[in-house]
Amino acid sequence: MSVVWDGFREGMRLLLAGDPYLWEIVILSARVSGIALLISGLLGIPLGALIGLVRFPGRRVVQALVYTGMGFPPVVVGLMVYLLLSRSGILGPMNWAWVPELFTVPAMILAQVIIAMPLIVGYTMAAVAEVDPNLRLQVRSLGATRQQVTWAILREARLGVIVALVGGLGSIISEVGAVTMVGGNIEHATRVLTTAIMLETRRGNMDLAIGLGVVLLGLAFIINLIVAQLPGRGK
Amino acid sequence: MSDAPNSTPIYQLRAITKSYGTREVLSVATLDIARGEVLAIVGPSGAGKSTLLRLLNFLEAPESGTLTYRDTLVQDGTIPLALRRQVTTVFQRPALLSTTVWNNVVYGLRLRGVRDGRAAARAVLDQLGLSPLAHAQARTLSGGEAQRTALARAIVLQPEVLLLDEPTANLDPYNVGLIERVVTELNRTQGCTVVLVTHNVFQARRLAQRIAFLLNGSIVEVADAHTFFESPRDPRTAAFVNGEMVY
Repeated sequence: MSVVWDGFREGMRLLLAGDPYLWEIVILSARVSGIALLISGLLGIPLGALIGLVRFPGRRVVQALVYTGMGFPPVVVGLMVYLLLSRSGILGPMNWAWVPELFTVPAMILAQVIIAMPLIVGYTMAAVAEVDPNLRLQVRSLGATRQQVTWAILREARLGVIVALVGGLGSIISEVGAVTMVGGNIEHATRVLTTAIMLETRRGNMDLAIGLGVVLLGLAFIINLIVAQLPGRGK
Repeated sequence: MSDAPNSTPIYQLRAITKSYGTREVLSVATLDIARGEVLAIVGPSGAGKSTLLRLLNFLEAPESGTLTYRDTLVQDGTIPLALRRQVTTVFQRPALLSTTVWNNVVYGLRLRGVRDGRAAARAVLDQLGLSPLAHAQARTLSGGEAQRTALARAIVLQPEVLLLDEPTANLDPYNVGLIERVVTELNRTQGCTVVLVTHNVFQARRLAQRIAFLLNGSIVEVADAHTFFESPRDPRTAAFVNGEMVY
């Protein structure tokens, strides 16, 4: 018990003292997951709205694929991205400028986008489908263009869309398998909260591991606190 | 079938049919709606009244036949945006946005990029007794208040055509009276064409200059209000007016 308590005390001290190693990891984690969330949101929200609102052939198959993607094990995503980007993989040998190299931040972002996107698409899809269909008809009747109708429905489903983003963020910030495989946990380069916790625990640096864990838990708590404050949440 | 008597029709419907799956829900041989009139479409539930209204608002496309609005042929249910925005519907269930009454009322103006609509919105809120509720959230409104908000949102747009789909069903006499007064005033002062769908023949009689009786998707009779109630040509119309079951 004293190991935990001492670790917690020392972890908090490092955190509050602005330990450079700890804060470097925190900042890199926020950067990787923040950019991944931004890309996933920009692609996933319109895609979710499209699948949720537009009837097209094969829609049910697409929905089934999205739901499958929502349950995709991150470690499998890591393996896929690894095979895609490695020198002996599919895109690795091409040497295209836009293809990220393995064990870099862009490779980690790519893996996190693949993990978060199905969640954001799926939750957005469900949220827009929940909006009263009569409202869609009413908005069109008031003279809305197709884009204005979509925007109105997304606004109505905003709580669901925010939950989609939070769910996406939660899935990537706490994920360890994929970022280890494609990032490599390299100090000062690709080490993020989850991979660092794993490493420091193995090294026996419980104080640092606990400090990093507190940051991770704190981030999760702050995000959920923000969601809990959203209007309409208590309905 | 009688057509609009005294002005250029704003709508012309010819051999219109509409089906859902294999079930034909509408088959209108001919119907003209005159500019500036109040036309009531009456009939039992499932007669195709709401479907007809959705076609008139370009929300759905007919399967066959031609629908013309202001001499413009509606193709596949679509029409230039400027013309489409001249027509709006108040539905039986007021589908309001999850925001304030004010934001609901100015919503259509914002869609059109109208920046100076505040005075018009305030006037409409006054007219419908909604000013004290301007900042209330739509979800907190009673049924009557919500329907008045839906009407305010429609009439602030000063539409050429106002389509009303059972707008006062399940409302108390105060709200029914207020809504009917506002609709009548809109028609008289602005010349707005009103098409009212109702199964309430008394309301049709109070509001409409002409009445069409729709049964099983087809128009049985169209006549001016007096003729429709006092000397209908079709026995089914007479039976419906007298409150008998009509199939």
